[in-house]
Amino acid sequence: MKPGQFTYHAPRTVEEAVALLGEHGGSDGRIIAGGQSLVPTMALRLAQPAHLVDINGVAGLDRIEVIDGELVIGACVRHSAFERVVVDGPLGVLLKQVVHHIAHYPIRTRGTFCGSIAHADPASEWCLLTATLGARLRARSVRGERLLTEPGFFEGMMATALAPDELLLETRLPLLSADTRAGFNEFNRRPGDFAIAMALAVYRLQDGVIVEPRLGVGAVEAQPRRITAAEALLDGQPPTPQLFAEAAALAAQAVEPLDQNAETADYKRDVVRAVVARALAGAEGSHE
Amino acid sequence: MSNEIDITLEINGAQYPLRVEARRTLADTLREECGLTGTNSGCEHGVCGSCTVLIDDEPVRACLMFAVQAQGRQLRTVEGLAQADGQLHPLQQAFIDHHALQCGFCTPGFLMLAVSALERNPQIGDDELREVLSSNLCRCTGYQNILKAVRAAAEHMRAPAAKPA
Repeated sequence: MKPGQFTYHAPRTVEEAVALLGEHGGSDGRIIAGGQSLVPTMALRLAQPAHLVDINGVAGLDRIEVIDGELVIGACVRHSAFERVVVDGPLGVLLKQVVHHIAHYPIRTRGTFCGSIAHADPASEWCLLTATLGARLRARSVRGERLLTEPGFFEGMMATALAPDELLLETRLPLLSADTRAGFNEFNRRPGDFAIAMALAVYRLQDGVIVEPRLGVGAVEAQPRRITAAEALLDGQPPTPQLFAEAAALAAQAVEPLDQNAETADYKRDVVRAVVARALAGAEGSHE
Repeated sequence: MSNEIDITLEINGAQYPLRVEARRTLADTLREECGLTGTNSGCEHGVCGSCTVLIDDEPVRACLMFAVQAQGRQLRTVEGLAQADGQLHPLQQAFIDHHALQCGFCTPGFLMLAVSALERNPQIGDDELREVLSSNLCRCTGYQNILKAVRAAAEHMRAPAAKPA
């Protein structure tokens, strides 16, 4: 359980980091930020990068800012930063609620939001949040800078639109208006384990009916995604337990669980039904 | 390999000049290079928490960090808990008093985890304490006595005039 040999690089600026990634990223170089997913895979020798570019010493990457209606989360912002409300309104509350589901506190002190996004584990809570809310993602390489968007960023299991020589500089989440309701639910066998299924429900309530519903499911398919059939059902309807049950049943039908073994797939669908119903109920209760 | 790097770690207030390979984890460095074997290595991939140490007062898994990454930070390990005259930290005493250990392998990790939790929030509630303590694995005690010990130590630390039980 010892990581293999690598050459360690500790750039002090984004330019240095990107230059190192340009040199080594295409072949066998990797960025390390929190390292809470990368180092275990190195210990198990599933990953054996020859170069590690450590961005922890790069100034300015640990900033969280609100710019033009977006929450801008820098590459080295730790999960634990969100245990306090980082921004007024429903988004800060939602982030604080979700962060408690990410592993355990000593992992959260080190692991980073953007690291989770770049790693794109199907069971990542932050990836579900990003896929459900939509986001813009700023990436830099020696070739220049570009602004990526989600949907379009996640491309499958642990696959994203980032090129091997690109550094994810920040994730920009849209702020949620004051009338937004949000609920998150995750099921796993022990707190801190990888989720078996999880759901995020976000909508606005106007004149007693649901407006702009977003319903995301994670940990079931190769990547988290919105369940548009269930969203269409919710749109324009008053929130009732009956409606939520129907939307949950629709979501359970819509997903194609990764494990195609019939028993496992049925079980996963059943868990999806439960977490979606709970996330919707949580959203309904989030303003009361 | 010529992949070795000269670093200095600050551990429990003392300076440790070291030469380590980049791939050397902080957990292995503490044990092998520094002789601080109180920090135990269990699963070596971030699951069990037995190697928990404090970096700038925050708990981390020492197996998920490379020693080179700990330069310039203040590290605390279980060896730093007791006073120089040997008087135990209230949490250590509480672990003894409440039988919060059996084989003891997980104990240093639990101590560091609990110390950081109580320092962060001396008024920590029961739910939050359970959530924090669920970070680490213990295969002997069933956790209840660990909870009791940490609660007792929290009370003691809030009332510093009292003598350890």
